[in-house]
Amino acid sequence: MHDTHKFKIPVGPQHPSLKEPESFSVALRGEKILGIDIRLGYNHRGIEKACEERSYIQDLYLIERVCGICSHSHSTCFVQAVEEIAKVEVPQRALYIRTLIGELERIHSHFLWLGIAGHEIGFDTLLMYAWRDREIVMDLLAALSGNRVNYGINTIGGVRRDIKKEEIKEILKGMDTLEERTLYYIKIATEEVTMIKRLSGVGKLSKKEALRLGAVGPTARASGINRDVRKDDPYAAYAEVSFKVITDDHCDVYARAVVRLKELLESFSIIRQILEKMPEGPVAVKVPRKIPSGEAFSRYEAPRGEDVHYVKSNGSEMPERVKIRAPTLANVQAVKRMLEDRFLADLPIVVAAIDPCFSCTDRMVEIDQIDSGERRVLVWQELRDFSIEWHRKNGIDFSRLNKKLKLRK
Amino acid sequence: MVLFQILVFPGVIFLAVFGMFMEFVDRKVYARLQNRVGPPWFQPFADFIKLLGKEELIPEQANFRMFKLMPLFSFTSVATSFLYIPVWGTHSLLSFNGDVIVVLYLLTLPTLAFFIGGWYSTSLYARIGSVRTLTQLFAYEVPLFMGILASALLADTWSISEITLFYSRHPWYWASNIIGFAVSLVALLGKLEKVPFDIPEAETEIVAGAFTEYGGRHLAFFRLTLDIEMVVGCSLMAAVFLPFGLGFGMVWGFLVYLLKILFIVMLLSLARTLFARLRIDQMIVFCWKYLAPVALIQLLVNLLLKGVLVQ
Repeated sequence: MHDTHKFKIPVGPQHPSLKEPESFSVALRGEKILGIDIRLGYNHRGIEKACEERSYIQDLYLIERVCGICSHSHSTCFVQAVEEIAKVEVPQRALYIRTLIGELERIHSHFLWLGIAGHEIGFDTLLMYAWRDREIVMDLLAALSGNRVNYGINTIGGVRRDIKKEEIKEILKGMDTLEERTLYYIKIATEEVTMIKRLSGVGKLSKKEALRLGAVGPTARASGINRDVRKDDPYAAYAEVSFKVITDDHCDVYARAVVRLKELLESFSIIRQILEKMPEGPVAVKVPRKIPSGEAFSRYEAPRGEDVHYVKSNGSEMPERVKIRAPTLANVQAVKRMLEDRFLADLPIVVAAIDPCFSCTDRMVEIDQIDSGERRVLVWQELRDFSIEWHRKNGIDFSRLNKKLKLRK
Repeated sequence: MVLFQILVFPGVIFLAVFGMFMEFVDRKVYARLQNRVGPPWFQPFADFIKLLGKEELIPEQANFRMFKLMPLFSFTSVATSFLYIPVWGTHSLLSFNGDVIVVLYLLTLPTLAFFIGGWYSTSLYARIGSVRTLTQLFAYEVPLFMGILASALLADTWSISEITLFYSRHPWYWASNIIGFAVSLVALLGKLEKVPFDIPEAETEIVAGAFTEYGGRHLAFFRLTLDIEMVVGCSLMAAVFLPFGLGFGMVWGFLVYLLKILFIVMLLSLARTLFARLRIDQMIVFCWKYLAPVALIQLLVNLLLKGVLVQ
């Protein structure tokens, strides 16, 4: 290294600021960021492939586990595509319940984000407060669906649980408390000096850049792009409720925080309307196990942005192809642009501001060897042999231990 | 007797126990303000004992001697500095004209030790953290010195015992030092690396800053150093800025002292709860643009007062 002030530090795959393994290799001069390399692929689970080997109903539960936070988003998105192929008319009440759970999920996700954002800028009090209030909505979700995160409420052709009258009262009570708390957080975010200092002007992403890089969700809306699937391409019961699409022109982390907080207020109002207008009737229709052949493409506004699922069916019980594009994949490219000429101290909050969910985004990366153009895939056995050989070279030999274990058997 | 005083009371053992107790108070108050339950009273002791029992790991490329020496070095320097500060009454264990400067320098040494320890552990996070430690030192040190020395100026002495004696004789003069008290409190936050000035060990950016590679008993001593530094810093502030209730004898005097320290520690916890962490550039701008001029005003006030008093 010639320039001794220049160096690279690894943020991830294991780092306190990241909740999931992801690698950011940051080139620094002093505190200034010169460049950043983002690498995916630490959390790949092969869900798309696994879907092809399971029936549609099984896939539903698998897809719900793509993401821990926006689990309902993924399962609804998938179910919508399957229902489109099967040409199923979903009962109105089921659509309302899906919308209700979707909005409750958005509230819990945005509160979670607020807490994490607070932690990333060293404001742990906000983390503790936001997560305390999040418990209200988590308890509501547990009461409605039986689970705190993976609700399992969707099924092909409707939902699996109906909502009782008493539960509606509980939800309304919870919404009142949360609305009050949200107004308080908006006050904090827009008035607290140190918080504004850490948020405003950080991670700029102009409207033009946001469009070019294909940002979605609150990240795009904070750059002044009026884009929301709930409004542009209404699904479930969103066409029947009135709400505003929140945008902001600050284009920085501050704007992203404000957009999310104001979206919370919209969610409360959507939930109130849903509960008021909820029609009576059945919550599901029966759908045959075999789905006729065809393909469908489904969009859903997850808390983090537009979620896209593509399903192709070949007339059997199992889908031929399932393709998932989680919102983080659309937003993660913008991170590099946001961090240009910023400080190392801004990295955690800028990364957190897109509300990343790396395990949803993760995919396999196949790298061609540049010089020979050759492709090589290492299978499990090869990887295992490689690791045994590597450890043996470094003086750790397990072959004796293995023999002992075999003898014991 | 002197050996007892140095080793047990008010020396090393008392300081260690008292420091850990104050860490508990700080953590408990912080937790209660954040709506959490908080740790039980023995948590800091348990942490310390656990760390003592842990395996000693030193990075291969680190400088062994420096790496091991720095925790002890910083621990000794803060423990020494306490001997010059009066706990109850107006007498400290050791005293000479000029000890206020010595105490301030002994309190600077741990920061330097953090820097050297972090630098020699050769981890990238530790290096960034240690450079930040030093950068921060240049920002808060001047306001801290000005804040505390302004009161010495009014008392016309460089000895802490005599400063305390002066203010206990003229009880209302402490009111002139309120600005200095506020400035020193803010600077103390920087010295103790607490939010909003915990930039050198910003967890979400550089893991644990200068302490990243430390573990086991070395880390235990660094943490003990920080606890004792908090107690010594608060005692210094109490001796200089809060000269009340000094004539009550040993037992009551000690209780009054305890109350003062609790008060200052709670102020520190409150600041920790209220603010987000600043960036290093924002911190330096804040210290030089606002804190240092305010400290200068305190200096001016005391100079003017002194002129009036002399006439």
